[in-house]
Amino acid sequence: MTSRSPLLARLDSPRVLGYLLITPAAIILLGLLAYPLLLGIWLSLTNATIGKPGEFVGLQNYATIFADPIFRGAALFSIFYTVCAEFGKLILGLALALLLNQQFRGYRASRALMLLPWVAPTVLSALAWLWLLDPQFSAISWLLIRLHLIHSNIDFLGSGWGARFSLIVVNIWRGLPYFAIGYLAGLQSISKDLYEAAAIDGADGWQAFRRITWPLLLPITTILVAFSSIFTLTDFQLIWTITHGGPTDATQVFTTLAYQRAISGGQLGEGAAIAVSPIVFMVVLAVFVVRSVREK
Amino acid sequence: MKHLDRREFLATSAAGIGAAALAGSFPALASAADAPSFRPEKDAKLDLLRWTAFVPSDQTIWDENTKKFTAATGVPVSIQSLAWGDIAPKAALAAQVGSGPDIIMGWNDDPFVYPDKLVDMTDLVDNMGKAHGGWYDNARSYCYDQDVKRWVSLPVGCTGNAVNYRKSWVKEAGFGEFPKDLDGMLKLARVLKKNGHPTGFALGHAVGDANSWTHWILWAYGGKQANPDNSIAINSAETVNALEYARQLSETMIEGVAGWDDSSNNKAFAGGRIGMTMNGISIWYNGKKDTPDIFPDFANVTPPMGPVKTHTVSNNFTSAFVFKYSKFPNAAKEYLRFMLDKPQADRWVTEMKGYVTPALKAYAELPIWTSDPNITPYRDALASAKYDGYNGKPGKAAAQALDEYVIVDMFADVCVNKMAAKDAVRKAETRLQTIYKRA
Repeated sequence: MTSRSPLLARLDSPRVLGYLLITPAAIILLGLLAYPLLLGIWLSLTNATIGKPGEFVGLQNYATIFADPIFRGAALFSIFYTVCAEFGKLILGLALALLLNQQFRGYRASRALMLLPWVAPTVLSALAWLWLLDPQFSAISWLLIRLHLIHSNIDFLGSGWGARFSLIVVNIWRGLPYFAIGYLAGLQSISKDLYEAAAIDGADGWQAFRRITWPLLLPITTILVAFSSIFTLTDFQLIWTITHGGPTDATQVFTTLAYQRAISGGQLGEGAAIAVSPIVFMVVLAVFVVRSVREK
Repeated sequence: MKHLDRREFLATSAAGIGAAALAGSFPALASAADAPSFRPEKDAKLDLLRWTAFVPSDQTIWDENTKKFTAATGVPVSIQSLAWGDIAPKAALAAQVGSGPDIIMGWNDDPFVYPDKLVDMTDLVDNMGKAHGGWYDNARSYCYDQDVKRWVSLPVGCTGNAVNYRKSWVKEAGFGEFPKDLDGMLKLARVLKKNGHPTGFALGHAVGDANSWTHWILWAYGGKQANPDNSIAINSAETVNALEYARQLSETMIEGVAGWDDSSNNKAFAGGRIGMTMNGISIWYNGKKDTPDIFPDFANVTPPMGPVKTHTVSNNFTSAFVFKYSKFPNAAKEYLRFMLDKPQADRWVTEMKGYVTPALKAYAELPIWTSDPNITPYRDALASAKYDGYNGKPGKAAAQALDEYVIVDMFADVCVNKMAAKDAVRKAETRLQTIYKRA
């Protein structure tokens, strides 16, 4: 019998081996997630500009942006955009999932097609929407005029609220498959026995949905809403491609304003403060979502 | 840094020219002495980031000239192109991390955002100016940094702006020729609108088109963003008058201009939806190819004058800057010198049919500018131009004000949001004060 080396003996300890195995993942997470986040927070506390590290200025950047009506407008629209888009995606995504959960001719192809908006590059779909929302050449306006529902083109992007709601619609269109596929997976995990038992007890479709389907979908709803809210609150590509934050800053959100100030304008400190500020909203949002779902 | 060894390089060039002449090759070197040359570093190679060509001939000729440079000097040049709006963030990133392309062709005030990171271009600018008839004033405005007191970028030129209109519709409106002043233009615009041919000027966040026409009107009425000491000067009777004019002009516009981007007016003009707009020559150049049936009716004119009685054109100015992290600054300067030297630039400018108006005055004499009366207004784009942030100090503050669309939004507030001109001016003044203070 040969004696084992002390190194191998140590590796036998689950505690040592566990830490060892988790180290690569921890390094990646720290390097790719924690470092940029901490750097962003640090930059937001400095007066750094492009090419100049800057000096520590405390919360001055935050004081500046909170006094800025454009930032306040961007913050309000970011929240409005997120809430409206999430609500739309949740309702329509659930409806789509319920529909696709039925077995009908071509249901497999329908499920695959449903994913298209989600898998298409965001900039490409944004450019397609830019055409659809064009004040002069919109296919939507063209169709509605042909159907005699309107008399002249709709000015989707020419007014503040028109542009805001147009962006929300585009975001719902893009994010819908995420909710639908999530809910579809949730629906398929619900045992059919429950519905059969409910039917024997005389429950109608709505009662079965309210008492069985929805409660069992709540856990996945929490995850879908939480993740999707983060994606939506940090949306950049759709908005930048379609409106550039215009008209008159009506569609500025945290990300577009941060980009404008930090990258185009070179004010890294202020831009970082704008970029960091939604973290507070995201934490509040996450707590709210988790609590509301738990309470139900 | 070993900067220049002109004599040595000239001697080498001269020997090369002689040899090339004998061998019948390297014709490009025949003009190498137009402006003193720079001696590329040993084993130099260059990366250039430039904006994607607006007209195909730009890219073709630029690439051909680059190959000639490589053949003449042995310096390989790798070219990457990006959409013009994507250059600024890429350049900012390069400046921040200290790595990236050796040369970047950027826009407007880009070099003023990170002047400390850029190679001093004063010698090259001086040489080129002396050799090619001097620079237009805009060159200094956009490339000489008053804070670090040196040329931080080599002026290339501008994609000039002119007013584009349909000849037959102007004639139909009872105008023998396009009006020379803004009052006349407004009268024409009203008749055009009445005849079903509205005007179209971008009021969305369209970096080129919206900034160009709003600044033109602002300056035409004597409005100024800032004073020479960078105190804010936007709140003036002149600015209010400019906004009142814009409000009247907006009544003649097609619906939706507040949502327009930089391509919208091109599409609307080519589609026959609008009778008047402001754009670079691409709108005319592409019309020849895309809409040949109505192209003969397209015409371009230098933007009319306002009460200040001089032309006040706003263009998109492009320049080339070299980063200090580059290991080959002399090769970079030599490349830029070569590309803007007469044998190369003559053909480049000519084949682009006026898309880029060179910042060197000598190139205004090229026959292309008078080969068609619709090209001539673009030749004059720089001669009558002002700069972002006029009449303040060019630099970071002006650059940031442009990036944040302060002037565009002021006009949109009046024309689209129906805000009183005085209120819109005060709002813009507050924004400018914040921007100029933090810059």
